[in-house]
Amino acid sequence: MKSLFEHGPSLRTRLLLALIVAGALMFLDHRLQTMQPVRSFLSTATAPVQYLAVLPEEVMDRLVYLATTRSALREDNQRLRDELLGLQMAVQRLNFLENENARLRQLLGSEVRAASRRMAAEVVSVATDPFSHQVVINKGYQSGVYEGQPVLDNRGIVGQVVSVARNTARVLLISDQSHAISLRAERNDIRVIAQGTGSLTQLELNFIPHSTELQEGDVLVSSGLGGVFPEGYPVAEINLINRDERLQYAQVFVTPYAQLDRVRTLLLLWPANAQEQPIFEEDMEASEVNDVG
Amino acid sequence: MWVKSGLLPLLFSYLLALVLTIMPLPTVLEPWRPDWVSLVLLYWLIAIPHRVGFGTVLVMGLLTDILMGSTFGIYAIALVVMAYPALRHFQRIRNYSLTQQLIIVAVLILMKRVIVYELEHVLNDAVFNLPYLYPVLSSAIIWPWLFLILRRYRRRYLIR
Repeated sequence: MKSLFEHGPSLRTRLLLALIVAGALMFLDHRLQTMQPVRSFLSTATAPVQYLAVLPEEVMDRLVYLATTRSALREDNQRLRDELLGLQMAVQRLNFLENENARLRQLLGSEVRAASRRMAAEVVSVATDPFSHQVVINKGYQSGVYEGQPVLDNRGIVGQVVSVARNTARVLLISDQSHAISLRAERNDIRVIAQGTGSLTQLELNFIPHSTELQEGDVLVSSGLGGVFPEGYPVAEINLINRDERLQYAQVFVTPYAQLDRVRTLLLLWPANAQEQPIFEEDMEASEVNDVG
Repeated sequence: MWVKSGLLPLLFSYLLALVLTIMPLPTVLEPWRPDWVSLVLLYWLIAIPHRVGFGTVLVMGLLTDILMGSTFGIYAIALVVMAYPALRHFQRIRNYSLTQQLIIVAVLILMKRVIVYELEHVLNDAVFNLPYLYPVLSSAIIWPWLFLILRRYRRRYLIR
């Protein structure tokens, strides 16, 4: 135990020093955006903490898997087989339509849509800060992930990559308050911008006039404008339009298709015009390169 | 001597706090997750203030920032401000009963979360929602147990 009387600078001086250091870092990061390399390095360094955090869950999953009975597995297998069969039939048709589409586009003289590549990624941790909806995935620049990369799940667009470390990357969800995405109504091609509200199940469309032709139940797909998200992926469905004339604009709320509250496996997408390439490990049979339109 | 007694157990408690902060929880419990980093830091600040000071708090804050993906320094500033009253009055807080400590801890954590919110609001246009303050309650409830566990831990591994 030290003596009752303090040595060195007083407590207030030390407080001031600590605040100055933290404030300077905040200024560097937010105003000048010069901390990206440091951030990337520190993210790599703290990745073990993230893996440690999901370890109990993984052990639990493993135990549950070990405890599943043979018959349950067989049933599961059968179900998956049936599902695969259905999907394979759908893909046959898709390939045909894709070729036809390409031919027709050629006839029209417009650019043929090139295929994009994708890779499956697992969610490692979910940021618990309610002000920022982010998840961390287990693929980093070692796998060719880049900043601004679109991320999907099996139902629709989830978000985009905002920072990349060696083996992890951070994905900003479309429901984040600072995120907005350009969309197009599938029915009548009205362009809209969906802004996150901080709720995982609701986005808001900005600046919609009262006379809009949008209807409740309309499907919104990504418009491809802005260059981050590829065109034509489903994003959300309109669930409420409030045409209160006292407000300057109509209030339109949409529900995202992606299940943002239970993201587990995500799909990283490399659009055809991206300069980065996915880098697969040799032993990664599960996530083959697929061609999608 | 450079390595003081009990350095490793001390670092381990920090690591555990960080892991618990980002550990996935069921959606129902998620808003009630106690503020582990603040709790553990507060305990050490009160128990061994000659050893755990603003330096440790700053580093822990920056690590939290990285793990949370927030702008660098937000959690660091909030934790440093929260640490000041604890360091200033550690002798008094030590002698309070657990119930009184609980109230002080709740106030300090409330302060920390309000600062984080204000900074997020100014920098990233965050919008306030009430569930953000639930952890103040859950942290306060868990404080007496954490205090007793950490005291035993401190005595067992001779952290002084």
